[in-house]
Amino acid sequence: MLCERCGQRPATMHLTEISNGQKNDTHLCEVCAREIQPQGFGFVPQIHLHNFLASLLNHGMGEDKSYKTETTGKKCEKCGVFEGQIAKQGLMGCGDCYPFFEERLLPLLRRIHGSTRHTGKVPARTGGRARLAKEINKLKNNLKEVVSREDFEQAAQLRDQIHQLEKYMAEGSEG
Amino acid sequence: MPLKKTVNSSYSRWMDADGPEADIVISSRVRVARNLAGKPFPHLSNNEKAEDIIRAVRLAVEDKELAKQVGALEISLLSELSPVERQILVDKHLISPDLLSSFEWKAVVLRDDEVISIMVNEEDHLRIQCLLPGLQLKEAWELINQVDDGLEKTLDYAFSEKLGYLTACPTNVGTGMRASVMLHLPGLGLTKQLSGVLNAINKVGLTVRGLFGEGTEALGDMFQISNQITLGQSEEEIIDNLVAVAKQIIAQEQAARRALYNGRREVFEDRIYRAYGTLKYAHILTFEEAMRLFSDLRLGIEMGLVSGIPAKLLNELMVKIRPAFLVKLAGQDMTAQQRDIFRAEMIRKEFEGS
Repeated sequence: MLCERCGQRPATMHLTEISNGQKNDTHLCEVCAREIQPQGFGFVPQIHLHNFLASLLNHGMGEDKSYKTETTGKKCEKCGVFEGQIAKQGLMGCGDCYPFFEERLLPLLRRIHGSTRHTGKVPARTGGRARLAKEINKLKNNLKEVVSREDFEQAAQLRDQIHQLEKYMAEGSEG
Repeated sequence: MPLKKTVNSSYSRWMDADGPEADIVISSRVRVARNLAGKPFPHLSNNEKAEDIIRAVRLAVEDKELAKQVGALEISLLSELSPVERQILVDKHLISPDLLSSFEWKAVVLRDDEVISIMVNEEDHLRIQCLLPGLQLKEAWELINQVDDGLEKTLDYAFSEKLGYLTACPTNVGTGMRASVMLHLPGLGLTKQLSGVLNAINKVGLTVRGLFGEGTEALGDMFQISNQITLGQSEEEIIDNLVAVAKQIIAQEQAARRALYNGRREVFEDRIYRAYGTLKYAHILTFEEAMRLFSDLRLGIEMGLVSGIPAKLLNELMVKIRPAFLVKLAGQDMTAQQRDIFRAEMIRKEFEGS
């Protein structure tokens, strides 16, 4: 189908408008749709980020398993939000939803960010252990680098530091 | 009281046009999303819970130590303002349009110079923003980092070792950071290179938007470029990446400007001075036309062809000529036609004697 306005490009935007019981179909190409937009507010349905996320969450679950209503699926023990609600709104209910729905969430995070592991800032107060883990990770990377340079003296030093931090962390988790 | 001062003035620190690369980069912005542990995110909140959050943030921002480190921060409820005043905060880029819906539950924290602002109960409990003139993303992040450290002494953040800062929307999880630069790119537009450059940006994990964020048109050749990924990269990596791409675009824009000037100098100068003349003498100006003319004139200023009008004035006018501020100045509601006349009159006054 060609665009109704320019008659040249294929129509990729299809709008159905119902006003006073009258149905009106419009078929436009992307260029014309964009040009018309400033006059008719909200004429072109914008892909809403949250809807888009919701459909990503739904994707890959199979037809029969997709969320039909808001109260389908597991329910977060902390805030009481249902999986279906998250899928519909594209928003998590609370921080505890993340570990709770992790299994479902990780593939989505990989699709969005290409990663499922935070490597940035760690809060000083709540994340003492996380800070240690990050430091250990950094030292391990350094270790790889000095080993590849065959700087074994430095490597030995780094290895000791890593051992010490790991010991410290293990003691911390017992206490 | 900073909030009243903020909505009564169209000026904000980011408009000063005195940062690095100020001939192309209007401003740099970094914001991080933070949530309080054990509390439902704002979209599931009710009035009472929203008030709890505001109370906690108030306690945190009024901490004496924090004030000593980053300057005094003051929290205000959005309900203290009129609808026009709330819109002015959006126009000045201090809050997002999203903070305007169900504003009864929302608050904003501001530093006196408006460089730091915190939105409370937007999509996340806190959105901490730093806005500076020119290309200063690193500086903006350093400041945010300090504010964040200070707040964290009082607030218990929702954080996971594995996924970082937990946010309402999974697109923000991890660093919770969105860094962006506002670029003026008329040269790339005029030399028809814009779509190529913008496509390339999308391919390196960054997004391009218009002047007022998500889903808005690029008015006056202004483009906002920001990171998309928040998980798996550190804050510094995100910023380094954005700065590197911004520098590439700046180089291309500069080359385009030079080519235009050397190739069709008369046409180029004609365009700039026509814009100048129209702005100086017109009696009716729509917002869109004014923004278009500002872009041409700004190009002339940035290339040193026009003197007498500082870029700073154009930055401030971008806010001042919007409907909200016009209504505030006029002290009454106006029709679109009345606004166009009032807008032209205001610009004529500002350009008087230039």
